[in-house]
This record gives sequence, C-alpha cells and structure tokens, in this order.
Amino acid sequence: MTSPVSKSTLEKWEMVVGLEVHVQLKTRTKLFCACSAEFGAQPNANTCPVCLALPGALPVVNKAAVGLATRASLALNCEVQPVSIFARKNYFYPDLPKGYQISQYDKPLALDGWVEIGARADGSPIRIGVTRVHMEDDAGKSIHDRFPGVTAVDLNRSGVPLIEIVSEPDIRSAEQAGAYLRVLKQILEYVDVSDLNMEEGSLRVDANVSARRRGESKFGTKTEVKNMNSFSGVERALEVEFARHVSVLEAGGVIEQQTMLWDGSTVRPARSKEGSHDYRYFPDPDLPPLILDLQWIEKARHDLPELPAARRARFASEYRLGDYDVEVLTASPRLADYYESVARAHGEPKAAANWVMGEVMATLKTSGEDISRFRVRPADLAALLGLVRDGVVSHTAAKQIFAHMVATGDQPAQIAEREGLVKVDDDAQLSAWLDEVIAENPNEAERFRNGEKRLQGVLVGAVMKKSKGRADPRKLNQLLTTRLTS
Amino acid sequence: MTARSCAAVRADTAAGHVKAADTLTAAIDRAREVGAGREGLNIFAWRDDDDARRQAATIGDRLADTTPGALLGVPVAVKDNIATLTMPTTCGSRILEGYVSPYEATVVKRLREAGGIVFGKTNMDEFAMGSSTENSAYGPTKNPIAPDRVPGGSSGGSAAAVAAGIVSIALGSETGGSVRQPAAFCGIVGVKPTYGRVSRFGLVAFASSLDQVGVFGHTVDDAARGLGAIAGHDAMDSTSADIAVPDYTAGANADVKGLVVGLPKEYFPASLDPAIRAKCDAAIEHLRALGATVKEVSLPHTDLAIPVYYIIAPAEASSNLARFDGVRYGLRLSGDGLRGMYEATRSGGFGPEVTRRILLGTYVLSAGYYDAYYRKAQQVRTLIANDFRRVFDSGVHVLFTPTAPSTAFPIGAISDPYEMYLSDIFTATANLAGVPAMSIPIGRIGGLPVGGQFLASHFDEARMFNAAYALERALGAEAHA
Repeated sequence: MTSPVSKSTLEKWEMVVGLEVHVQLKTRTKLFCACSAEFGAQPNANTCPVCLALPGALPVVNKAAVGLATRASLALNCEVQPVSIFARKNYFYPDLPKGYQISQYDKPLALDGWVEIGARADGSPIRIGVTRVHMEDDAGKSIHDRFPGVTAVDLNRSGVPLIEIVSEPDIRSAEQAGAYLRVLKQILEYVDVSDLNMEEGSLRVDANVSARRRGESKFGTKTEVKNMNSFSGVERALEVEFARHVSVLEAGGVIEQQTMLWDGSTVRPARSKEGSHDYRYFPDPDLPPLILDLQWIEKARHDLPELPAARRARFASEYRLGDYDVEVLTASPRLADYYESVARAHGEPKAAANWVMGEVMATLKTSGEDISRFRVRPADLAALLGLVRDGVVSHTAAKQIFAHMVATGDQPAQIAEREGLVKVDDDAQLSAWLDEVIAENPNEAERFRNGEKRLQGVLVGAVMKKSKGRADPRKLNQLLTTRLTS
Repeated sequence: MTARSCAAVRADTAAGHVKAADTLTAAIDRAREVGAGREGLNIFAWRDDDDARRQAATIGDRLADTTPGALLGVPVAVKDNIATLTMPTTCGSRILEGYVSPYEATVVKRLREAGGIVFGKTNMDEFAMGSSTENSAYGPTKNPIAPDRVPGGSSGGSAAAVAAGIVSIALGSETGGSVRQPAAFCGIVGVKPTYGRVSRFGLVAFASSLDQVGVFGHTVDDAARGLGAIAGHDAMDSTSADIAVPDYTAGANADVKGLVVGLPKEYFPASLDPAIRAKCDAAIEHLRALGATVKEVSLPHTDLAIPVYYIIAPAEASSNLARFDGVRYGLRLSGDGLRGMYEATRSGGFGPEVTRRILLGTYVLSAGYYDAYYRKAQQVRTLIANDFRRVFDSGVHVLFTPTAPSTAFPIGAISDPYEMYLSDIFTATANLAGVPAMSIPIGRIGGLPVGGQFLASHFDEARMFNAAYALERALGAEAHA
C-alpha cells in the first residue's frame, strides 16, 4: 500500500499531533446513578435502571465526579467554567444503552490550560496547550469472543465518570507525545483523581496526527489513531502513522480523514468511518446546566495538593538533592511523601534519599508492591538510619535489619537486638575473632605482615563474616594494623 | 353515574364506614357496566384486578395511621407510560410488549403512599404521540360520552376512565396538551402542573423538556387532591423543583374578588368555532359576576407554538426513543446483523406516527440543520415564555382560554397529521413556557363537552385552582349542559 520512507525524506516533514486522553475518575459511584463504579465485578452486577437506560429512568449528576473533574482541570491550568452544559451525543451501539452518551459539547467544564513537558535547548519551556476538559459517561463493553457467534454486553462500565482532556495540536514528535502523556499522568496522579490504569481502561489515549512539510504553517489532513494500550505504543503508532502519511503525500496522494486502529505493529483503517457519523449533539433536557459557584472553584484551587513541578523545585532546595534524585523521588506523590517522611524524621536528606532510592525501591521492584502498602513505615526506616548514624549497627547489619523489617514489620532496634546485629567494638571480642581468623588463614596473615596490604580486606572480611557483620570495621582495622604490622 | 369523589372516599375509608375493597369493587363493577374492555370503550392497556384487590387489602392496616393519606382508599387509573411494578408499562407500543418495569415511578410510589390504589394502566397514543388515542397498539379508546368519537389524547384512556365513572382520579402525562385536551373532550377536569412541579422519574420520556405528569379528576377538587399527593421535589429527577407544595384545596371555597383574569386575544381568533366562543363567553360572564376583573391581553408569539413544538418535541423524542433498540428489553426482531436487527425491531415495533416524529426529530438535529431548526425553535420558545412572563408581570393572575379548537371528533375523521397537530394549538404554549394550566368543563355543544382553560404563572397552581373551583361552583349543572 505504502512504500517505506527514507529517514532523509521523513526529515523533510513535520509531525503535528493532538491527543485526546480519557481518564476515568476515581469516584465510588457512577456519574449519573448510585451504582458502584468499581472495576472487575461480575458482568452487569453494577447496574440499575439509570445505567441500563430502562424506560423512565433519569440521570442525576454525581457531585464527587464534578469535584474530581474540577481538580484535574485546575491542575492542568485550565479555566473552570462557572456554567457548563451536558449534551447528548447520539449513536446506536449495543453497549450504549441510552442510544446516546451524555457528554459536554460546546460548553465544556474547563478551557484553555497547558502543561509543561520540558525545556528547549535555550532553556525556554515547552508548553502543550490543553484545549478543554469535559465530563462524560462511559459506555459499556461489547464482548465478541466470549460466546461463539454472539456478542455479549457488560454494562458495569456504562455510566462510569470520565473526563476527556483534549490537547492543542502542539505536539511535534512521538517523543513529545510520550513526554506529554507522562507529565499529564504524573499531574493527575498528584491530584489523585484517577487510578490511571491503561490495562483496566481507566486511562485511554487517542491521537490525531497529520504531516506537513517543514516550514509550512498550514496543517495537513489528520487521521485519528486509536487502540494504543501503552505510552510507548502511542509513540510507535505515531511514528508508523506519520511515516504512512509522508509516504502517501510524497507519492502525490491525499490523506483520507479516517480512524485508524493500532494493532501493536501497524495501523489499519477502522471498519466504520468515524468521520461519517452525525452525532446530532443537543443539550440534554434531563440535566440543567452545571453551575459552579466561583467560591467553590476557588476553594478547589486552594485545596490542590503540591503539583510535581513545585515539589521538584522544593526537593532540590529544601533537601539539596541533585536533579536525578529529585526526578526519581518525585516520580509519584506516594514515593515523594514516603521519602519526605523519612528525610524529616531522620534529619539527613541525602542518607534518606540513598536508602529510599536503593533498598526501598529495589525491594518494591522485586515484590511489585506499591509504596502505599509498603510494610516498612517511614518512621521505622528513619529509626534504622539513626542506628547507623549513631554507630549502633554497621551499614552491612543495617541491610540485614532492613530485610527483617520488610518481612516482619518489626522495629529496627528490636530486630538488631534479637538477631544479635548490634555493632561490637569491644577490644576483647574483636581480638578473639581476629585470633581465630589469623589461625584459620596463616598464609594470608603472613603475607599481610610481609607488606601485602591488599590482603587487609580479606582478613577484615573474614572477621565481618565471623561476626555476622557486627564487628565495628573502623576499630577492627586499627586492631589488625596494630597486631600484624607493629 | 360518576365515581364517588376522592374527598368522600377518603373520609369514609378513614372513618371506617367504607372499606377500600368495596370502593374498588364498585370501580370494577362500573368498568364492566360501561364496557371498559378491549371490545368496548377500550380504556385500559392492562388491568389486574387481583393486584388491585391486594393493594386494597393493605389499606385497612393503615387506618391506625395518625393522618390518613390524601387518597386513602381511592382507586387511581395510571397512564401506560408511567412505570408500575406489578403491571406492564408499554406506552401503547408494540416495542414494549409485555415489558414490566423493575422499578416504580415516583408519582406511583407517592400515590400508593397516600393510600391510593393503582387501578389499571390506561390506553394512550403510542409514546404519547397523538391527540386522539387512535395511535395505540391496542386500538383506539372510545369517548364514554359519545362512543363513536375520540376521547382526545394522548392520555385518552385516563380521561375516559374518569369520564366513564370508573375512577375519580387518573394520572396522565402532558407534552403538548395530552391531559387538558382529552379532559375537554370528555367533560372532566385535567391539570398540567408547572414544569418541575411533579417528578418525571418513571415517566417514559417523550420530550423531556416538555413532559409533565398530569392529573384528571371528575371535579376540580379531585384533581387538586390528586396533584397534591404526587407533587413535590424528587432527588431522582434533576429537573424537579425544590419548592414547597401548598394545599391546592385551600381555595375550594374562596371567592375570586379582585382576581385579574386575562383573555389572550390570540386564543379567540375570528376563526374560532362560534359555539365554543359562546361557551367561553358564558364562563367569562360568571367570572365577572363573581367579582373578577377580566381584561384582554396579548401573547403575540402564540401562532409560533405549533411549529416550534413540532421541532422541539420530535428532536428530543428521536433521542429519547433511541433506547428502544431490541438489545435489553421489549421487542426484538431479527434481521441481517446488528443493523438489520435494529431496523427490523424499530420498524416493526413503532407505529407510523412515532416513526414520523423520530424521522422529523433526527432531521432537525442533523448537522447543517440544527441551527436553522432546533436552535431557532429554542429561541422562539424563549419568546413564547417571555409573552407569558410579561402578561403575568403586568398584574394578570390567571389567563382564561378555550382548551381546544373543537369538540371531540369522530374516530378516524382526521387522517392528516398536520390537521391533528392543530388540536394542540391552545395547549402546547403552556408546555413550551413551562407554566401550569388546567381544563374544566364549561358546557356542551350537541351533547359534546367543551373545556375552558386556566393558565397561571410558574408554581402558581394554587391561584389557578382557586379560579377553577369558583368557576365550577358558579357553572353548576351548566358545566355539563
């Protein structure tokens, strides 16, 4: 269909991308009824007359959803509108019980926001505009592969609250698209409005992409790419679709405005032409305009938690951490909270950073656990760090204690005591261990005595092992030097 | 013969003089006498007398209640587009054949809580689209006053149930006059409350911004008591108003001295049937004699009501009726693939008038036509509402007009849809403006009832009832002569 395009040809063209991100709001109940919005229930268990669209049922807006949508909009620097209007988007599909989706059309909840996705070479920030944020209810799910020959419909998701975040066509590369999505996700995670789980469908991305010759100011014809299930999938799909556009355009063809589906490696046109739909939008007469009190909006703004950029800046100045540490520790608000608690309790931010980024993150990575459920509480980790700083336990012993803390949740001092991991700096005990090691390793001892300094490590290591890490290394080294070189 | 009044049944039931079961038996007997069944007047889409008896049997248990419910022991007929738990709710349509709602409309819940007994589901124009109750999957309902004629519509079954003397109160629904016009045709009282006064939860939507549950009564007092029982805020309906409900019977014996009654000249055109005009004039004379100040007023955009109504109502209907798709409930006819199933089900399930309005509505909402039709219609709707506001702000308390341009016409007489639509010419304005309105009988022409209409400003039903009570009293037997 299209011939491969060379890199040099691709470089003559510029990618133009706008993203539509659907985010499921983390409410207990659905947008227009009291059904549970939880994922994973038995098919059609979370349904009622309203979300099944039984005759005569009416929608009532969930205030909690409005609160979360407002918070998200403010975090994306949008202007929240005092009046917005729910509209009906009409189309027939078996998993759309009302025959229309309730969305917001010409009067959305929020307008004119932006997010910053990095900086240019000259240090100026790269901002991607957010055109609008609007609320809508989700459709159910058609299941085509469960029962042979028929389609099943699960309406648990029908009526679950979503926001759609529409970006301006400000994105110029697949890499920028990825950066935008990661920044967006991080902001939404900080304001805690969604589970943001692409696999469960609580975060969905559709991309509008077009190509134009570099230097051209007019946009080319766009296509919409759907069905990506990861951010890297979005990036790859954009590269592939962009290359297809360039190939068609270079050959003198025209791009047809249509919906394309990403299958993990290629894009293909969707069966029904999205562009040919006439959704016959009109204001939903069952729902009065959504009117938000200005003071309420201001309170929502005031109640916003610290956002990622502010937190990064504060970590750098307050805890004097380097860029890399700041980046890692602020990746998620829960990790940042954890780190801050440890750092504040312990008083030495750098040591706290090393432990959180080292032992803590390694442990979580192995177990796959989220830090919010981590067994070692920040205060206990700070206590362990205190034991190390005060010389009560060695660094080696601390790692063993930490492993016990992960397994049992017990206090570090208690574990050190119980496991006999308290540092030993008693001369008599250290000498006794040293005597044993010398006796067991006469050869190495002799060579060390004759000036082979590098063997000091072997002998100290043997003592550490014998002492189960308890021997005070500083004292041990002094003792060894005295014993074998004087 | 008429059913015993709501007030009398309630008083006797509360005092233990009459059992709810006996009142119900009288209604069942009366239905048999008048031939309410399918081959006769065809008043009901569904009746379940055993279920009604079970309801009546529980009424005795409630006599110990401190305050007897407003409808204690009163059988109430309910239009087939209002959701009931024990009887099907089919909107007079094949597409909902056999559908029983798993939940109950707020109005039905309230009437049962008030001690009322749900007595059957009444026949109606399919999905309330029509002015004659001829567009029903169950066949036409006949007017009890003149069985060769229509009872009006779309709530013709409910109107006929009251007019035939089976019940004293029935629930109907209004989108453009579907309670007032049949009330006029059947010689009874019909009230359309202010938009938002009564919950729509459980009323199967036709045109959501116009729909309101309405009440039929044999008398003004029956209607006042019926409305009082179902009115008030409902958290399940975002368009219902949180405004206190006054006692609509409070004005039962009040006079109308000082009441300013406006006569909108657009409702008395030169073309108005002189006999209807004469009945209205006589009613107006009574009001004047009672001490009301009567003056001519103008609602200049009245002639735009029908065109605007027939854009907005079908537009909303085209969307509201999309849910009848054969997927989850009701009729499903098979066809080639999903699209074929949709087409077969909807073509086979909806009658011609419903199909026509869905097509109209789909058209006026289409890209490229939305601004010319729907948006424009909404703008004109605002002008119509402003007409009313201006008149009521000028010190006019209620308006008086004829309810319909004609008396009940013979079954089958009107086949042109547009001619049928003109039946709503004096009633559709109240739905578009959201104001309350009611029709009461003001006499007969050649044995056929004529209705006079009162309209009031938003949530001023009490004043409207006051005027209606007074006129009803003054007319006496003249109302049915």
